[in-house]
Amino acid sequence: MTKNDNPPGPLSTKGGDNGSAAGAASGFVAGPALGRPGGGAASAKAEDGARVIPIAVVQPAVVSPTSPTAAMIRTLGLVSAICGLIIVGAYQGTYDAVAANKRIATERAVFKVIPAAQSIAEYVALPGGGIAPRVGAGDTAPGGVKFFAAYDAGGKLAGIAAEGGAKGYADTVRIMFGYSPDCQCVVGIGVVAMRETPGIGDKIITDKNFLANFNALDVKLKADLSALANEVKAVKHGAKINPWQIDAIAGATITSRAVGKAINDSAQVLLPRLVPNLDKLRSKS
Amino acid sequence: MNSSTAVTWDEFMEGVWRQNPVFVMVLGMCPTLAVTVSVVNALSMGVSTMLVLIASCGLVSMMRNITPKEVRIAVYIVIIATFVTVVDYAIQAISLTLYDALGAFIQLIVVNCIILGRAEAHAAKNPPLPAMINAAGMGVGFTIGLLALGTVREILGAGTLFGAALFGAQFQPWVIMVLPPGGFFVLGAWLLLFSWIARRKLRKQRGAPLEATQNA
Repeated sequence: MTKNDNPPGPLSTKGGDNGSAAGAASGFVAGPALGRPGGGAASAKAEDGARVIPIAVVQPAVVSPTSPTAAMIRTLGLVSAICGLIIVGAYQGTYDAVAANKRIATERAVFKVIPAAQSIAEYVALPGGGIAPRVGAGDTAPGGVKFFAAYDAGGKLAGIAAEGGAKGYADTVRIMFGYSPDCQCVVGIGVVAMRETPGIGDKIITDKNFLANFNALDVKLKADLSALANEVKAVKHGAKINPWQIDAIAGATITSRAVGKAINDSAQVLLPRLVPNLDKLRSKS
Repeated sequence: MNSSTAVTWDEFMEGVWRQNPVFVMVLGMCPTLAVTVSVVNALSMGVSTMLVLIASCGLVSMMRNITPKEVRIAVYIVIIATFVTVVDYAIQAISLTLYDALGAFIQLIVVNCIILGRAEAHAAKNPPLPAMINAAGMGVGFTIGLLALGTVREILGAGTLFGAALFGAQFQPWVIMVLPPGGFFVLGAWLLLFSWIARRKLRKQRGAPLEATQNA
């Protein structure tokens, strides 16, 4: 718009547009008194004009620029208020259903790895050893490991379920595994979350031979209860010889290894804290 | 705008066919390619997007006269993000499995260019009713696009439809169809089909040879 140094006389094609608009405006506002020729800029002219011409004529040009700030604040405030109300309403409206869904999903995962389970209780294995019932829905204390004690219909301890996770092919593979105190072994796994390749990595859910690894996967502790006696590990397909090894799925070795590492990492931390306290869980309910 | 039924029907069909977001405008490719591994995913993504589209276009249109143009994008994004959050909660309440399957793409509806495009190009200039009808048309068009991809990919890639097995146990799924490359293959095939139909239609109308309608 501000093209003060345009040569006044000859109108270029671009200057023609400016010229006609500014010309019309200058005729209305400043009149011939200032007499900026031809392509004179409208803004520069308005400043000059303000000194000379009556206020009443300037006003229409001044009023419109003052209001936008107020209008912007008003509109944004209004929009934010409306949107805030909508979100709070949606959160409140769905809170119970979402919480119920999450609980059902967890229970289903626990019941899947410990089929005899009828009821579950949540616990945390504390960093210093020992266990405590988990209260509230917040995050567990730093270093604490969450696990579930599952009881059968008679109120007897049916098993322990815990989560573990390890990097798979695409993303972290999160699994839930069931631990039986009687045989000191893993008795079942379920996948909680993963993004492995469909048709290849996701065989860990369906492959019967792979799942057979977890009928009695040995996770015995050392005599001093400090760590697992044997590291749980996935080995190449067909190479399993020991009860603590996992026979990987051919073609999905990385995902199989992730499952093994997830169980190992979780069991290495959880079981040394859990096993000395099993009696506490047994006597419960 | 004299005959209201004709206008609204026209308004609706614009998004479904003439300006179909997937096949004609080729917008929103990110969710289109990512979530269409199954019909259920495609359908829920399409419906979620449609709900966000209708609600946000309605609100944008109601606020159009008091929205200064300097902050209009901010206003649109806040409104769209609000309804995406609502849909996000609703899906969690309906099914966590579905929520996990759709993953981050629910939240990413916020930046779906179809929605911002509708808000800017249509809802900001029209009264709420036509704006919402137009948005519904776009939503239906988007859902049809996703379903077209999802159906083909699920049948070929998993041998199922709506999760039910179509073929016998001896069927070996064409796994690449549910992987990212399959998304591009199927989308390309559909685009080919659509532009072929469009050009054929145009050629019939004009009675001219194909070369004359090259830019159709």
